[in-house]
Order: sequence, then C-alpha cells, then structure tokens
Amino acid sequence: MKVGLFIPCYVDQFYPQVGIATLQLLEKYGCEVVYPAGQTCCGQPMANSGFEHLTKGTNELFIKNFQEFDYIVCPSGSCVLHIKDHLHSEHPASPDPAVGIRKKIYELVEFLTDILKIDHLEAKFRHKVGLHQACHGQRGLKLSQMSELVAPPFSKPEHLLKMVQGIELIELDRKDECCGFGGTFCVAEEAVSVKMGKDRVADHLHNGAEYITGADMSCLMHLEGILQRQKSKTRVKHIAEILNSQE
Amino acid sequence: MKESTKDHAALASQFNKDEPRVDWHDKTLWWIREKRDKAAHGVPEWELLRDTASGIKENVLSRLSEYLLQFEEQAIRNGVKVHWAADAKEHNEIISSILRQHAVNKMVKSKSMLTEECHLNEYLQEQGIEVVDTDLGERVVQLAGEPPSHIVLPCIHWKKEEIGELFHEHLGTPAGNADPQFLTHAARLHLREKFLTRRVALTGVNFAVAETGEFVVCTNEGNADMGAHLADVHIACMGIEKLIPQRKHLGVFLRLLTRSATGQPITTYSSHFKKPRPGQEMHIVLVDNGRSIHLGRPDFRSSLKCIRCAACFNTCPVYRRSGGHSYHTAVAGPIGSILAPNLDMKKYADLPFASTLCGSCSNVCPVKIDIHEQLYKWRQVIVQAGNAPIAKKAAMQTMTWVLSNPSVYHTAGKAGRWFMANVPFTVNNSLNPWYKQREMPEPPASSFGEWYKKNKK
Repeated sequence: MKVGLFIPCYVDQFYPQVGIATLQLLEKYGCEVVYPAGQTCCGQPMANSGFEHLTKGTNELFIKNFQEFDYIVCPSGSCVLHIKDHLHSEHPASPDPAVGIRKKIYELVEFLTDILKIDHLEAKFRHKVGLHQACHGQRGLKLSQMSELVAPPFSKPEHLLKMVQGIELIELDRKDECCGFGGTFCVAEEAVSVKMGKDRVADHLHNGAEYITGADMSCLMHLEGILQRQKSKTRVKHIAEILNSQE
Repeated sequence: MKESTKDHAALASQFNKDEPRVDWHDKTLWWIREKRDKAAHGVPEWELLRDTASGIKENVLSRLSEYLLQFEEQAIRNGVKVHWAADAKEHNEIISSILRQHAVNKMVKSKSMLTEECHLNEYLQEQGIEVVDTDLGERVVQLAGEPPSHIVLPCIHWKKEEIGELFHEHLGTPAGNADPQFLTHAARLHLREKFLTRRVALTGVNFAVAETGEFVVCTNEGNADMGAHLADVHIACMGIEKLIPQRKHLGVFLRLLTRSATGQPITTYSSHFKKPRPGQEMHIVLVDNGRSIHLGRPDFRSSLKCIRCAACFNTCPVYRRSGGHSYHTAVAGPIGSILAPNLDMKKYADLPFASTLCGSCSNVCPVKIDIHEQLYKWRQVIVQAGNAPIAKKAAMQTMTWVLSNPSVYHTAGKAGRWFMANVPFTVNNSLNPWYKQREMPEPPASSFGEWYKKNKK
C-alpha cells in the first residue's frame, strides 16, 4: 500500500514532530510512505478568506504531488476536508485526477480506524488528556458524532486513544465547542477568537487535563498560544504523537 | 437607533472589553442551546422531522409564485385585504396608509422581525405615529432605544438589574427592584393600558397556509392575540417565504420551531387566524424586499427556508461571544450573516467572515440550511465583487505566490523560522494580532521537510 504523506504547511514549519509521528505510525502498520518534497499547502487559507479563485496554483501543485498514490494521508482534518470539498483541476483530464485525490485522501485518525482498521496499539501515555474535537474533522469528516444531531454517538479519535496504555481521558463540559482558531479568523476577529480559545482552555483545565490533544494542529497551535501566555503547565500534543508515544 | 459604521470584528472587540459580561452572555445562550438539545433528544424522529421540514420548504421555494397566488385567493375569500410590497418602503407606506384611513396615530405591535428589517418603527415615528412593541423583550429594547439583539430573545443582552433600572426610569417601578416577576407584572399593567386603547394591532406571521389562506402566529406571552383581538384593525406582515402548502404541514413546523428556539415542546400560544371577526378589518401584507433576488441565487436560495427559530444564534460560539448588535443588522447570527449580504453586499461584506465555519449552525437548523457552506460561498462572492480590504488582498496574493512555488516556500519557511528564533520583537509585538493575547509557536530547528530529507532519503 503506497501512501503519500501530506504534511500541512504550518505543521511542516512549526511542528515537525507531528509529521514524524505520523510517518512512524503509518510505517509501523506496514504502509510504504513517501513524502513528496515539492508539496506546500492545500490552499485553504486563501479559500476560506474568500480567495478560492487564487488557489489554482496550489491545486495544480497538489495534484502533481499526490495523484500517483493509493492513499493520501494527512494529520489535519481541516486540510483534508478542504481538499475533499474543493480540490479541482483547471484542465481536467479523463479520469480527472482531482476527483481521484478527493476520494483517496484521508485524515490520519480515519485512515487508522477505517482503512487500516487497527485494533491494537503499542503506545503508552500516562497522563490525563482532554480531547479537543476539531470542527472540520468532526462535523466535516465525521470523525465523531456531533452533539447537535439526534444520532448514536461514536468517536474515532477516542476509539484510538483508548488503546493507549495508561492514558486517562477527561470529560469536558462542552464536548465539541469550536476553539475559535478558524484560519484567518484568528487574526481578523482577534477578540472573539481569543475569547473562544480561552474558554476552551478553561474547560480542559477545569476538568484536570495535563495535555490537550486533537486531530488538528491548527486548533492546538491556537490553544497552545493561550496556554503559554497564561504560563500554564498544561501542554498540547497532536493525537499522532500520543498514538506513537512510549512515555 | 443609530446605524454603526464599524464592522463585526470592531464591534465584537468592543463587546469583549467586559469579559465577565461576555461569559454571562455566552452561558445564558449556551443554557438555551442545552435546553434545545434536551427537547430534540426527546423526539426520536427528530432528524426525520428536519428532513421533512426541509423538503416541504424546498417545495415551497420551487413553487412560490403558485402558492402565493393560491394564498391570496383564499385570504381574499376569507374576507382579508391582501397587499403586496416589493420592498421595505412599500411595506411601510402600506401600513401608514391603513393607519391614515382609520385616522389612527397609535398602534400596538407584537414582535415582528420583518418590521425590524423594514425599519417600520422609525418610519412611523417620523410621521408622528406611536408604535408600542408588546413583546416584553422587545418593549425593553424599545424603551432603551435599541434594536433587538436576538430574533427570539430581543433583550437577551440585558441583565435583570439593568431592566429594573430601565423600568424605574420609564415605568416608575421602585428603584433597585430587579425581581423578574415584579418587573413582568409592571410591564403587563403598562401594556394592558396600551392594548385596551389601541385600535390597530400589527403582528408578524410564522406560517401562512396556501391551501386555506390562514396564518399562524406563535408567541409565549399571548401579546399577539391580545393586540389582534382587542383592535378594530389587525395587520399581519409576512415575508413571502413564510408559506407552507397545506394545513397538515403545520404539525411538522410547530413541533420543530420552539424545540429549536427555546427547548419548549411548543409555544404557549400558537394562534390561528383565518378571517376578521364581525366588524373587524384584517390585512395581510406580503413583502418581497430582496427575497425574489435571493431566490434567484442558486447557492443561497435555501436560506429562505428559515423559520426564524434562532437555534443557529444560540449554538454559534461567535454570536455568544460577540452579541447581536455586533452584526449591525436586524437578523443577526449565522442566518443573518447569509441573509444580509443579499440586501446590501457592501454594507454587510464583513458578516460572512464573522464565523469560524465550525458548522454547528447547519446541524441545529430545523430546516437543514447549509449555513456554514453558504458563509463560505458568500466570502467568495464578496471578494470577487471587489469588497475585500486592499491589505488583505495583497497578503493573500503574496501567500498564494509563496505557496504555489515550492522553492520560494522552502526559502520563506526557513527565513520565517530564522526570523522568529532570532529577532522575536519583529513578530512578537502589538501590531501582530496573534501575539496580543497568544504566544507564537516555538520555532523548531528544522522543518519536517528538512528532517525527512536528512533522515529518510
């Protein structure tokens, strides 16, 4: 199984350890993983700001880098959702590679649960952990059931985290409220964005989290910024790092 | 009621200066969201109800002109006078001409967001006509000289102590008395006098039945009934999208409306109006005001399915922390942010950006409007129409250039990290909105790409 590893731009630049954990996890489960060196970004920052018409370059680049793989895996629900919903080619060949990519791209958690169907993990993480449900992963990719719907509950990230030895998952008062990152929203609507982030952080702290984890590093970057400003001892850790941890 | 020239971000930032108040506002509305959840979970077929309601409304939108004509015909047959208003101006003129015909300069009104949208109160006041809003919450904001901040809970941004002070000033209640029951009683006495002496009552419409020409008004206070039953003239104003095909469809909507709005199983009063009682005059004003244009926009027309329950307000993490007035439009919140640009794209260009696109709104919506997807689409339309700030446009173009060119990206990345590691003050200053209340991420020694090249190839 040949997997193209898609590492979002800000993870590449700021959180290489998340990329490394993702790569190691996939290899542990027998995937042949390749990281195409020419990749940059999915184009979401522009598109969510109303500049989808400027994403031709990133779209073409993405297609060029990833069309050859059986699967494309990425440790960020938000970027995956953007590709799934919006990747298109200006000059589509037949069959359209953009359509192919949209069908074979997976967020890491859903790839582990739905494609690799793993039922066992060699991981240890002896800490109290709060799970932040990133909205695009949850409501967009349906990684877990949302509280808005009258429907049976499930959670793919929780399913995986529960296989980690020693981990203690805490309950939150509001289990799937947005953290307020929101792409350029985090600077364009700074006041509300920060307030949302502070409230999310408070929920985790109040319920005793030593770590906040999630399947989207962008939310965690925002929450980390707030935790550090508050000089909190609580840290953020991407779910890939916990699933790959021996702590 | 002065119109603000500030955008949502600026108004929201002002609202956030009083953090305990933001906490209080957020918790109050979250409590309503939780009540909604409880009510929805009490109906096992909830999702089927939402599907059904959405389907009925889709049908209405695709055959709107037929249903409107059918409704008009039936209403006329019932003895109701039907008026058509192309826009807010025509709507206001129709109301004013009815009042003139009856030589009346005072009117009671039960809560109608449509008249807020049309700025009817201001229009009539300029003509020397006094309008008294009879919904308790709406009366509070009217006394305070403010527009409602929420379409179902107009004064949700007011604390009871503040209402005590307001009533002390306007209704003469004792200073310092903030007991909700006492204040409600005082308002009731004050409003009863208005109900008894006004000859014209205006109400909104929640649902209008094409098949029968009837309409239903939902209130918790019974003020619409009190107004309409005591007055010689009842005027009902409705947007043209308020139609449903048949009476049997009402059950679907009445079950959804209040569960979604406040978590109640049904409104205290769901009043059905069909024809004027002997000696009474009944008018219905059918208002377009941009709705036909909206109907012609394939990406946005489904927002006309809205039944104004405000579930999207209560669930919206941005609304709860920015307050209704930060949306500077009659219908605030997520639904307002996709309705308002249709009326004036330039003036409301900021609203589709007042969201993280978290998607909670679309999933509480009882008629399944894809609100967050429409917010995304409005962003594209607004930018393409040239309504993006110049600085943002320039930043986006630079970002596009960097991200479309791997070699430039890799250089920019390294330079960026070097910058952050070595010259923190250039980034970490007050001009950077990220840094104002958040630390920057710790720059790593190497990017993932660099690590991969070294370790894997």
